[in-house]
Amino acid sequence: MPTLVVAGHGMVAHRLVEAVRAEDPSGNWHIVVLSEEPRPAYDRVALTSYVDTWDPASLALPGSDYADDSFVDLRLGELAVSVDRAAKTVTTASGAVVAYDALVLATGSRPFVPPVPGHDLPGCFVYRTIEDLDAIRAAAVDKPGRGRRSAVVIGGGLLGLEAAKALRDMGLSPHVVEMAPRLMPLQVDEGGGSLLRRLITNLDVTVHTGTSTDAIEADGSRLLAKLGNGTELDVDLVVFSAGVRPRDDLARQSGLELGPRGGVLTDLSCRTSDPSIYAIGECAAVDGRVYGIVAPGYAMAEIVAAQLTGGAGEFPEPDTSTKLKLMGVDVASFGDAHATTEGALEVAVNDAVAGTYKKLVVTDDGKTLLGGVLVGDATEYNTLRALVGRPLPAEPGAILAPAGGGAAVGVDALPDAAQICSCNAVSKGAITRAIHEDGCDSVPKLKACTRAGTACGSCVPLLGKLLSAAGVEQSKAVCEHFPQSRAELFEIVQATRITTFSELIARYGTGSGCALCKPAVASILATLGNGHVLGGEQMTLQDTNDRYLANLQRNGTYSVVPRIPGGEITPDKLIVIGEVARDFGLYTKITGGQRIDLFGATVDQLPQIWRRLVDAGFESGHAYGKALRTVKSCVGSTWCRYGVQDSVGLAIELELRYRGLRSPHKLKSAVSGCARECAEARSKDFGIIATENGWNLYVGGNGGTTPRHADLLVSDVDTETLIRTIDRFLMFYVRTADRLQRTAPWIEEMEGGLDHLRAVIVDDSLGICEDLDAAMAKHVDNYADEWKGVLEDPEKLARFTSFVNAPGTPDPAISFRSEREQKVPVMLGVPEVRR
Amino acid sequence: MTTSIERTWTAVCPVEAVPEYAGVAALLDGVQVAIFHLPGDRWYALSNWDPCSGAAVLSRGIVGDAGGVPVVASPVYKERFALESGQCLDAEDVSVPVYEVRVREGVVEVESP
Ligand code: SRM
Ligand SMILES: Cc1cc2nc3c(=O)[nH]c(=O)nc-3n(C[C@H](O)[C@H](O)[C@H](O)COP(=O)(O)OP(=O)(O)OC[C@H]3O[C@@H](n4cnc5c(N)ncnc54)[C@H](O)[C@@H]3O)c2cc1C
Ligand code: SF4
Ligand code: FES
Repeated sequence: MPTLVVAGHGMVAHRLVEAVRAEDPSGNWHIVVLSEEPRPAYDRVALTSYVDTWDPASLALPGSDYADDSFVDLRLGELAVSVDRAAKTVTTASGAVVAYDALVLATGSRPFVPPVPGHDLPGCFVYRTIEDLDAIRAAAVDKPGRGRRSAVVIGGGLLGLEAAKALRDMGLSPHVVEMAPRLMPLQVDEGGGSLLRRLITNLDVTVHTGTSTDAIEADGSRLLAKLGNGTELDVDLVVFSAGVRPRDDLARQSGLELGPRGGVLTDLSCRTSDPSIYAIGECAAVDGRVYGIVAPGYAMAEIVAAQLTGGAGEFPEPDTSTKLKLMGVDVASFGDAHATTEGALEVAVNDAVAGTYKKLVVTDDGKTLLGGVLVGDATEYNTLRALVGRPLPAEPGAILAPAGGGAAVGVDALPDAAQICSCNAVSKGAITRAIHEDGCDSVPKLKACTRAGTACGSCVPLLGKLLSAAGVEQSKAVCEHFPQSRAELFEIVQATRITTFSELIARYGTGSGCALCKPAVASILATLGNGHVLGGEQMTLQDTNDRYLANLQRNGTYSVVPRIPGGEITPDKLIVIGEVARDFGLYTKITGGQRIDLFGATVDQLPQIWRRLVDAGFESGHAYGKALRTVKSCVGSTWCRYGVQDSVGLAIELELRYRGLRSPHKLKSAVSGCARECAEARSKDFGIIATENGWNLYVGGNGGTTPRHADLLVSDVDTETLIRTIDRFLMFYVRTADRLQRTAPWIEEMEGGLDHLRAVIVDDSLGICEDLDAAMAKHVDNYADEWKGVLEDPEKLARFTSFVNAPGTPDPAISFRSEREQKVPVMLGVPEVRR
Repeated sequence: MTTSIERTWTAVCPVEAVPEYAGVAALLDGVQVAIFHLPGDRWYALSNWDPCSGAAVLSRGIVGDAGGVPVVASPVYKERFALESGQCLDAEDVSVPVYEVRVREGVVEVESP
């Protein structure tokens, strides 16, 4: 069996192995992969998102450990140090000698560190691997005290700005130093550069352009970066991001030809000067040219895999478009962004007020798109990029006109050959085929089937649009009784002021409803303030939990959860809970939500239990409702030596403000008193983390089945702004989300995502904020404890009976046994039914 | 020849105790029955026992229809049962017993099980 040795295991090497294995399922090749890094290939393109979770699993590339593949031998932590071309062997740092029949060099590149004095001092880092980020993080959090820490990034290109974002997300104040007169000089022209500078500065990143970095000096535990223009930056750490250099050491050592500016020289089929050795990815100089992005690397991997498995292939004209993944700032460049094509014309619109700059590069007749630059608003990036080299659907000026007046460039305008996903080279035609012929009716299915959208993700919105354009919209209908989505029903109820389910279904639905639409409508009615959730007909719409204001358990009993705002409770109240639990014989447990759950109450006991609790000052905890559950807190600045704000006080304020708010799914929150995040706020629908200057608000997190960390929505805001922002966030969610859709999928499915959300609730782009504010004010004013409402109303109380003809008789089917000194349910078999 | 089946009826509650689309549970000689009330003075009674969860809770389910067939959805795992036949719509081989119900002078009566 011939052996294929792959040196390096980055994204490109992984794509190669995948492609070879796909074409060669019976294992004609035995594959040995030598990986310097200690873990299988991961998504380096998404490296910056690692700071959201600090969980390497979040960057995993599916299948890159080849765990179930006996034909692939992945050797982690094995650096290839030399190649003996005559003997056809590779020697590794551990001394292993591996013979090859074919060798593929996929060693990527290394960050370039300019040889300024002091570049190797402790506190200087590069930005390429998970280990690099871990090291930066350790340095960033290690230094106690002294207020906000700062950092300088040397290099203002794409990666430098990403590094600055990561540092900012870690709570540091970053500076960026760029030698060129503008940021992202390779992608963006002068007009775009100055706007970009403004937008980046707004993100609390200090920008220094047109200056070199002359030296780094140690100053106690800090570093001094001396810039060419005389500025001295006093920082905690330095990150070099001044470009990359291909790792061509193996080629140099073994005498392979190199490219004019480094890199392993190959022909257009990625073959080096030795016919049994190929080079792919960032280490290759294909026809003399080195590429620093992943899409051309993937193309090279496919070409080499084809040749190894009996096919052929040549490197196509690569697409070097880029879109910056920097939160809150849209920057994109595509095609011939700098108008280097003969006779190319540039049409630019610079709108200083809106903060947008758009430039299209077109052929001299103005008809064919060659490239462009978008800053401030890159919504049209995907469609425009796909149009490069093709006729424009309208005059360039019309396309650039400000929103509203502009000629829209829709997916319809794209020809079948247009590339939708440039990372994976997937055309519009391939995607529409997958939709029509392979029955892909959702974005996840399209991703699985075509690979589009699985690398940088920037084409995902286009996939959605192609699905809609093909008429494959997934039904948003609530159920068979209502053709409308939940959001549409909300609008209808709000606009028509209908207050009952029967009127709504008579006018807008069919039949008599079901367990899907009834609770959904009940929730809408409750949000809009239609009295007690058990009032009148509403009682019959509620799921059993809401109908009995308690959580149904497996044996038909219920659990009771009094609200303990922020998790703070007096000893006296704690004693009351203990006494109630003891007197009613309830199983007692501390929940994961910083409160106490009492289990095993029968329907008749519920009002008696709550009478005692309400008298002692407790309220419903809504553990049963699609409503606000808890706002967890950490101990915060009152006691904790690291706390910078009163997290308990804020958590209580928020919990009291939003208690009782009915929503499409449950809502959870938490407040942490500092960046150590003891309250796990980023795993909540809305989480707040204290900063020295105020609060950072994160939204769209959850635990549960698909855990997700919340994303930063606004930072360093004062309490008033924070609460106003949360008010709007919650009201907007409550009005527009689907049934049982938590905030994370709601934001993910929203067109424009987090940026759109921010535009709507911070910048009031839809002009609805006043309305949202008023709706929340109404909620806060109208709040009343649901359990108190039941206890005060004999008619509602009468519904809490076990048997209508024998109230007070306990359900004979309920039985308990004892475990660890508390009762637990025993399920009895289904009884014989007499007939 | 005709056989007449002798039914005995048990008075359970006044009609006002069961609003439209609501359900209540009754204990009839140790057997739990779930009674439902639909508009048009339609009354149904099923076993209160939910065979899918093993808990006696069907009376606490949401009442509605599936393709026009009146159903109650179990509050535990949401399987639907036809009010007329007791057949489970979500599991072919599951059904619950049904009982006759009638209203006499404002009182709901159920056939004794
Ligand atoms: C009691 C408790 C477990 C415990 O003993 O600690 C609990 C118990 C239940 N959880 Fe939970 N969850 C509890 C904390 C959590 C947490 C932790 C947290 O809130 O910090 C999570 C993960 C965080 C999250 O929700 O994002 C959690 C994720 C879930 C999920 C999955 C949600 C998701 O989006 O995937 C469900 C299912 C659902 O809601 O649809 C669920 C549903 C349930 C239900 C309501 C299931 C049911 O319908 O019967 C459980 C019944 C509660 C009861 O009878 O009182 N529970 N559950 C915790 C109550 C907290 C409280 O005080 O209110
Ligand atoms: C923060 C960041 C953001 C990025 N964003 C984008 C983006 O938005 N879009 C985009 O297209 N690209 C982006 N890139 C670039 C992209 O990640 C690279 O183009 C891509 O990862 C190159 O893949 P590769 O496999 O050629 O090289 P690498 O990913 O560098 O992998 C090479 C691997 O080989 C190992 N290795 C090297 N020498 C040896 C040896 N002698 N023996 C054994 N192993 C060896 C290395 O340790 C490394 O693991 C980004 C890069 C970074 C760092
Ligand atoms: S999050 Fe901060 S303030 Fe809160 S307990 Fe942890 S360290 Fe203390
Ligand atoms: S363009 Fe990057 S994943 Fe599709």
